[in-house]
Amino acid sequence: MLEIGLGHYLTVGAILFVLGIFGIFLNRKNIIVILMSVELILLSVNLNLVAFSASLGDLTGQIFAMFILTVAAAEAAIGLAIVVIYFRNRGSIEVEDVSTLKG
Amino acid sequence: MIAGLAFYAFSAVLIASAVMVVTSRNPVHSVLYLILAFFNAAALFLIAGAEFLAMILVIVYVGAVAVLFLFVVMMLDIDFARLREGFQRYAPIGAVIGGILFLELVFVLGAWQSSGQAGSLRLNPVPTDVHNTAAIGRVLYTEYVFLFQAAGLILLVAMIGAIVLTHRDRARSRRQDIDVQVARRTQLDMASVPVGASIGELGILRPLPPEEAKPKAVTHGHGHGHDDHGHGGHH
Repeated sequence: MLEIGLGHYLTVGAILFVLGIFGIFLNRKNIIVILMSVELILLSVNLNLVAFSASLGDLTGQIFAMFILTVAAAEAAIGLAIVVIYFRNRGSIEVEDVSTLKG
Repeated sequence: MIAGLAFYAFSAVLIASAVMVVTSRNPVHSVLYLILAFFNAAALFLIAGAEFLAMILVIVYVGAVAVLFLFVVMMLDIDFARLREGFQRYAPIGAVIGGILFLELVFVLGAWQSSGQAGSLRLNPVPTDVHNTAAIGRVLYTEYVFLFQAAGLILLVAMIGAIVLTHRDRARSRRQDIDVQVARRTQLDMASVPVGASIGELGILRPLPPEEAKPKAVTHGHGHGHDDHGHGGHH
C-alpha cells in the first residue's frame, strides 16, 4: 500500500484531469477560471509524463513535460492578454457574449 | 515508507486544492488554491525523482503564470456574482461528463500493462552517474536542441503577441514627427522694414499655416504698400 508505483501517479493524474474538465463545465461564464482549469489539465498531463518517465527510467518524458510547461506558459500569457483586451472593449468577460466577434 | 506517506499527503492536498480551484466563489481564492496545487504537484515531482522539473514548476507556474492570473483577476473590475449565475445549472452535466471520463480512464488503467520490452526500447535511459539536472541537460542540449530553440521561439512569439494585444498608445502623447521637421520651409525672405513698424504689421512672422500667412507677407513685404483689395477702413 505504501509502495508508490505508476498506478498511484496515474490515478492522481486522472482525478486532476477530471477536475479540470469539471471546472470548465462548472464555470462556464468565467473565462479566467476556465483558463485555470486548463492549467490544471496540463498539470495532470505533466504528472503522467513524469510518472511514466520515473517508472520506465526514461528521460524523454521529463523533457516532453518541460516543453508542455513552455507551451502552457505561452498559452496563459496570450489567453490573459485576450481577456484583458476583451474586457477593455466590452466591460465584461462573459463567455456567452463572445459570439458577437464577427468579421 | 516515508515517501509513500508523503505521496498520499501531497496528492490529497493537491486534489483538495484542485477542487477548491474550480468551486471557489472568489476567483482570487481560486488563484491562491491553484498556487497551492502547483506546490503540491512539485512535491509529487520530487518524489518521482524529477527534481529539475519540480523546481521549474515552482518557478514558472507559481512565479509567472499564477502571478499573471492574480494580476489579471485583480486588475479587471468584474462582477463575479453575475458570472456564477449558471453554477447550479451546469454542475450536474459537468459531473456526469466528468464521471464518464473518469470511468473511462479507470477502465484504461485497469486493462493496461507495460510491455516487457519497454526497458529495452527506452530512448534516453536515465544515467546513474549524474544527477537529474545534468542528465536532462545532456539530452536536451544535444538531441532536442532544435525543439529547445523552438520552445524559445514560442515564448518569444507569446511575449510579442501579449504586448501587441494589450499595448495602447496614449491619446495625448507628443512624439517627434520627422516628416514635418524635414519638410519645413527653410528659405528666408528679405524685407524692407519701415521705421517704427511692428513685426505684426509687416507680416514677417514665420508663416505656420502657409495658406493663411503668405498673402499677408506678399502684400506688405514686397512694397505694394497700399491696400488695393477693397478692404475698407484698413488704414
